[in-house]
Amino acid sequence: MRFILRRLGFYALAFWASITLNFFLPRLMPGDPASAMFARFQGRLDPATIDAMRAAYGLSDAPLWRQYLTYLQSVLTGDFGLSISYFPSPVIDVIRTSMWWTVVLGSVALLLSFTIGTVLGIFGAWRRSGWVDSVLPPMLLFTGSFPYFWLATLALFLLGFKYDLLPLRHAYQAGLSPELSWEFFRSVLTHLIMPAGTIILVSIGGWMLGMRNAMISVLSEDYITMADAKGLSDRRVMFSYAARNAMLPSVTAFGMALGFVISGALVTETVFSYPGLGWSLLTAVRQLDYPLMQGIFLMITLAVLVANFIVDLIYLRLDPRVRTG
Amino acid sequence: MTEPLLDVRDLRVEYKALRGSVRAVNDVSFQIMPGEVYGLAGESGCGKSTIALSILRVLNPPAVITGGQVLFKGRDVLDMNDDQLEQFRWSEVAMVFQSAMNSLNPVMRIGDQIADAIQAHERVSDKDAEERSVELLKVVGIDPNRRRAYPHELSGGMRQRAVIAIALSLNPPMLIMDEPTTALDVVVQQEIMMQLRELKEQFGFSVLFITHDLSLLVEFSDRIGIMYAGDIVEEAPSSQLFDDPQHPYTWGLMHSFPLVHGPRMALTGIPGSPPDLLSPPPGCRFAPRCSLVMPQCSTSRPLLTPTGNRRNVACYLHEQGRPVTISPLMESRGTVTV
Repeated sequence: MRFILRRLGFYALAFWASITLNFFLPRLMPGDPASAMFARFQGRLDPATIDAMRAAYGLSDAPLWRQYLTYLQSVLTGDFGLSISYFPSPVIDVIRTSMWWTVVLGSVALLLSFTIGTVLGIFGAWRRSGWVDSVLPPMLLFTGSFPYFWLATLALFLLGFKYDLLPLRHAYQAGLSPELSWEFFRSVLTHLIMPAGTIILVSIGGWMLGMRNAMISVLSEDYITMADAKGLSDRRVMFSYAARNAMLPSVTAFGMALGFVISGALVTETVFSYPGLGWSLLTAVRQLDYPLMQGIFLMITLAVLVANFIVDLIYLRLDPRVRTG
Repeated sequence: MTEPLLDVRDLRVEYKALRGSVRAVNDVSFQIMPGEVYGLAGESGCGKSTIALSILRVLNPPAVITGGQVLFKGRDVLDMNDDQLEQFRWSEVAMVFQSAMNSLNPVMRIGDQIADAIQAHERVSDKDAEERSVELLKVVGIDPNRRRAYPHELSGGMRQRAVIAIALSLNPPMLIMDEPTTALDVVVQQEIMMQLRELKEQFGFSVLFITHDLSLLVEFSDRIGIMYAGDIVEEAPSSQLFDDPQHPYTWGLMHSFPLVHGPRMALTGIPGSPPDLLSPPPGCRFAPRCSLVMPQCSTSRPLLTPTGNRRNVACYLHEQGRPVTISPLMESRGTVTV
């Protein structure tokens, strides 16, 4: 319990540090959106319009500490202001709609590649030099070392365009509205296959190799020999003794990956025009949309912290040795 | 005469290496009677742990058993299929491993590690298994409440006791102890050995006791086998072995460490080092280091031969049933004084 409280304190501190950075970083960049827009209109706007725009965007000339306090207050109340690129939608709405798709895509891809990769790693190491162990790692490393955008574009071209097996873009078929129906669900699923599939293809090798290597070093431990000598069944030795210990480093890696689900799928979302957070972030950066950028960065930070906390909790269950720490 | 509990015949274990195979256990035979403590001693790498692991067939590759028989109560362990083997392990022969530090699963409670050994062999409810683990922990002198502890929460000595509790969980007729106290300090070592002696009285199991600590060995064993480079070179009741060693290697071993009790003597080492097992000497594997070497020693291998008084030795100095006292011979030769 004390461990959990200490971790929570640490995460609160990390959160404060990151929102503070989040506040100062964009302000260190030259220019602001209003002047950018002013420049785009090449002098056809008069100063009064600029002032009106600045007011609408919430840009002010107030002292920095004042702005900082206002910022803290609005962050804590979930008010990130209005998006500039999606004006006049509030940032929070933009994030809410796109985050959902990113979470679906990211977590499906991550969970599948983690689970399949880990299980393959377990069996590969258990039957070392068997066919799983000799065929898969080189093959997966091969697919994993393709440049991702190339692989994704190739998949899009072949499966989506040439053979027309899978939809080309978006998260669900145009014309359907988000609802709890079988048709909508199926549409989401078919739209998910290519983006998630390509991510899985490039990331699964890493999970498998990581698990396989950890497993091989655990298998040479004395407690595995003792478990064998105890006459336990192969299944029990493989899972409760070997994999249970070997998966600890993988769980850490999983937590890190989980945190980056929110931000990670930028290229995927771009290639497959998937309406997620990565896509919004790209738009925000292009259009100097500070409020949206800040909002998304904040979401990413929050996601990383929450994911880390979840992993801490899982770790607490998995490894009794951290409980005393 | 009673049947031996364990009868190892011409056991051969090889390690497959890239440059060829290493015969780590070279046609070794020995027997252990019910209730007997058989000590196996020799320097590191002579094959004693390999023998222990072969009996339970838990050798890890590249080690492979390539010949011989391991008869336990008359059944050949090497012929068993996977199911029979799983049943045989632990219920007939359990093992206390070298380092208690590493032989417990770090993410599993001590009590569960006892219970899963029980439940792998008997249809026992979780509750009954837990009750038995409480009993076993009491037997080895651990507070039963500690069954919920994880290995890292126990001291080295307690961990080794927990391992012993696991070993006793099915009340097996035989226990293999592979250097059970090497990783512990002398005080704890003494405690554990005394406890093992008591447990042996109480449960009556036989022991295959493996160590390189000769004083411990003499104290604890009924009969001792001395191993050198994969061979058992001499076998004798422990009371006789060091009074009258018959193999030059045993003599050398004995004169490599000081005795706490007994007469003062000059310490001599054994010159040279153990042979490269990739290309062992053709005859007696000890011949190149032996100060009493004879021409026939480097051409043919002496076999373990009885020399009377329940003793066996593999050395051409002795003829069957007619042992020679080698101490004066050894002392007159120019051995290296340390």
